[in-house]
Amino acid sequence: MDRPIRVLVAKPGLDGHDRGAKVIARAFRDAGMEVIYTGLRQTPEQIVEAAIQEDVDVVALSILSGAHNTLLPKVVQLLKEKGAGDKLVVGGGVIPPDDIPYLKSQGIAEIFTPGTPTSESIEFIKSHVRVEA
Amino acid sequence: MDIKKGIIDGDRIALAKLITMAEDGKKEAMDIIKELYHRTGNAYLIGITGPPGVGKSTLTAKLARAYSGLGKKIGIIACDPTSPYTGGAILGDRIRMQELFTDPNIFIRSMGSRGHLGGLSRGTRVAVRIMDIFGMDYIFIETVGVGQSEVEIADTADTTIMVLAPGLGDDIQAMKAGIMEIGDIFVVNKADREGAEKTAREIDTMLDFNEKSTWRPKVIMTVAQDNKGINDVLHAIEEHMKYIKDSGIFASKRKEHIKEEILELATQNIMSEIMTGLSKEELLGIVDKVAKREIDPYSASIDIIKPIKGGIQK
Repeated sequence: MDRPIRVLVAKPGLDGHDRGAKVIARAFRDAGMEVIYTGLRQTPEQIVEAAIQEDVDVVALSILSGAHNTLLPKVVQLLKEKGAGDKLVVGGGVIPPDDIPYLKSQGIAEIFTPGTPTSESIEFIKSHVRVEA
Repeated sequence: MDIKKGIIDGDRIALAKLITMAEDGKKEAMDIIKELYHRTGNAYLIGITGPPGVGKSTLTAKLARAYSGLGKKIGIIACDPTSPYTGGAILGDRIRMQELFTDPNIFIRSMGSRGHLGGLSRGTRVAVRIMDIFGMDYIFIETVGVGQSEVEIADTADTTIMVLAPGLGDDIQAMKAGIMEIGDIFVVNKADREGAEKTAREIDTMLDFNEKSTWRPKVIMTVAQDNKGINDVLHAIEEHMKYIKDSGIFASKRKEHIKEEILELATQNIMSEIMTGLSKEELLGIVDKVAKREIDPYSASIDIIKPIKGGIQK
C-alpha cells in the first residue's frame, strides 16, 4: 500500500510571517502529502515533540527572523537527542547564501530561499524520503 | 527498535511508530496489537464533533489541559479531511493545541481521513486501541468538521460532545435527523457572540422532545479560547460517565461498538481481498462492459466477489 509522506511544517522563532509556510503547506498537500501545520512562534522543543508524536518523515522549517543559525541546528540536535534523528530536516525563508554551508554542516538537508519553485522542494523531499510500501 | 517493548515501557516514539504502521495497515503492527489487545478497554473515549470552525480543536485542547492538570494521561486523535483528488491533506488541528505540545501527559496525533467517510479517519479506531494499550486514561477523538449525517463518532466514543456555535442556522436545523441526535453533551462555543443564548435555547427545546432516553443531554455555553465554561464541560463528561456506568449502558454500548468495529474490519478485509484478486485491467474490462450496457452493475458486483465466496484464505 502506498502511504502519503508526512511533513511537519513549522515556524520556529518570533517572526509572524507565515505566508511562505502556508504556500508551501498547500503545495505539499497538492503533491499528495499529509501536512501537519502547527502555526506560528514555535520553540524548537515544541517542534521536536510534534515531529515525534506525528511520526513525520520530514520537518520543514520556515524562518524569516534571522535566527536561523541558532534555531535550525537546535531542532536537528534535539531530534537526535530524543532518538528521532531519522527525520529529514529542511529549511526555507530569507537565509543569506553565506549561512547555507553552515546550516548544512549542522544536519539541515537543504535550504530553499525565496523564489524557489515549490516543485523543486517537492522533488527534493520525494527523492530523499524513502517511504516503505 | 523493539516497538512492542517500547509500547509497554511507555516510549512515545514507539507509540508514534506503531500508530503509523497500523494506519498503513502493516502486518507487523497488527501482530503487536493482537498480542497486546487484552490491555485495552481501560481508557475512557470522548468524541468531539461538530461543523467546521466551531472550535472543536480549541475545546479539545482546553479539556485535555484540564485533565492533564488532574494528573491524567491524555491521548488526542485529531482528524482532518484528505483530498479525494491528490491524497494529500492539511492537518491543522494542532494550531489550536500549541500549549499542549510539551505536556508530558499529552500525546497528540493528527490523521488524514484517507478516503474514509463518516467523520473519522481510516486509522482512528486502531489508533484508539494503541493509545489505550499505551495506558492513556482519556482519549479525545476529534472528528473532521461534520455536516449533517456523519455519526460514526457515536459508534466509537463513550461520551460524544456535539460542539456548535451561534449563527449556524435556525431551529429547524436543530430538529433535523443525524448529527443532532448523537450528542450526549451539547456545547455552544463562542458564546460571547451574538445569538449564543438563542442557539442554546433552541437546542434545549429540541432536546425536550427526546423521550426515548433517560439521559437528558446538557447544553453548555463556552468560550473555549478564554477558558470559559471548560470546567462545566468537564463536570458534564464525568456526570455522563457515571450515568452510563451506573445504568449498565456503558457495557452494552461498548459491545455495540465492538460489533461495529468487527463488521467494519470484515468489510475492509473483503474489499482488500477483492482488490488483490482483481487486476486493474480486469476491473476496467468489467467497467467497459457495464458502460456499453452489455451487463448491468448489479450482476457485475456479484461476479467480482465470486472468487472469494468459498471463504477468504489468509
